This record gives sequence, C-alpha cells and structure tokens, in this order.
Amino acid sequence: MTAGTLTRADIATRINQQIGLSRNESATIVESILDHMSNALADGQNVKISGFGTFVLRDKAQRIGRNPKTGIEVPILPRRVMTFRASQTMRARVAGK
Amino acid sequence: MIRSELVQKIASENSDLRVEEVERIVDTFFDSIVEQLAAGGRVELRGFGAFSTRARESRTGRNPRTGASVDVKAKNVPYFKPGKEMRERLND
Repeated sequence: MTAGTLTRADIATRINQQIGLSRNESATIVESILDHMSNALADGQNVKISGFGTFVLRDKAQRIGRNPKTGIEVPILPRRVMTFRASQTMRARVAGK
Repeated sequence: MIRSELVQKIASENSDLRVEEVERIVDTFFDSIVEQLAAGGRVELRGFGAFSTRARESRTGRNPRTGASVDVKAKNVPYFKPGKEMRERLND
C-alpha cells in the first residue's frame, strides 16, 4: 500500500485478505467499528485505543468571533469538539526516516 | 470506551466469530491506518473524519531536566480532522 488516500473499502479489503473474512462481512465490521466509536463519542465518552491513540472530547466556552469578510462580531456558541492524540507507537511509526 | 470494549461490542454482534478473530480484525483496522500514514498517505473515513500527517521541521530542543540542547530531527506527526457529521453529532 503506497501513498494516496485509504478509504473504508480499502480497509475492508485488507481485512478480507489478511483475516479471510468475506468481503461483505469485512465491510460490515469496518462500518460497525466506526459506528461504535462515533456513538461513544456522541454519548460524551472519550475513546482510547491502545497502540493507536485517544479521541478526546473538549468543551469549548463561548467566545466572540468575527466574520472575516464583513468584520461583524458574531458570538461563537459553546460547543464540544474532538481531538485526536496519537499514541507513542503511532508517533514513532509515522515520524519515519 | 477502550479497545477491549470495542472488541466486545463487535464480538457480541458477530456470534459466528471468536473473540480472538475479532481482536485480529480490530487490530487490522487500526494497523492499516497507521501503515498508510507511515507510508506518507492519508485515510479518509467519511462522516467520521480524516487522518493525515503534518511535517515538523527540525529544531533545537532542550532536555527539560538538564537544560542541555538537543537536535530534534524533522519528522511527520499524525493529524486527525473530525468529519462534518461527527462534529454535528457531538453537539446534538
């Protein structure tokens, strides 16, 4: 696998090839992994995958923003955002060279 | 939620698979993302988000304990941008 963009379908193919699970079942499992992670996050839980990284939720306070085009001040409402913190193993593998 | 809980959930939905098989599938899922980033590519999971890498230039760092300066080489660091759907779900 060289550079470019990897998608769900590519990951399903990998599972199909490496584990021997049917293509259909591989695609379904890829989807349910993502669903379970999304549901946990939407539910307010951080998701911690050892050896990979942690998806961390952060609550941002309200602040005053500005429309860069018009210069008009608009309130940016308090909101929840998610960040990803890669594990040391992932950082080491991605750092390369 | 942690990795083992994710494995349990997937296993309970797939009674035809043994837990060890689900472990391997979940490992393959995350490994393929790391490998793709290590190869310099990106990973796009519509709705969830996209993984890519950002280049960091070399710099002179310091050992915080001794104060000695050390060269930190240029490297790539993982980056994740949540997808639109995910961002919206966090604020429902």
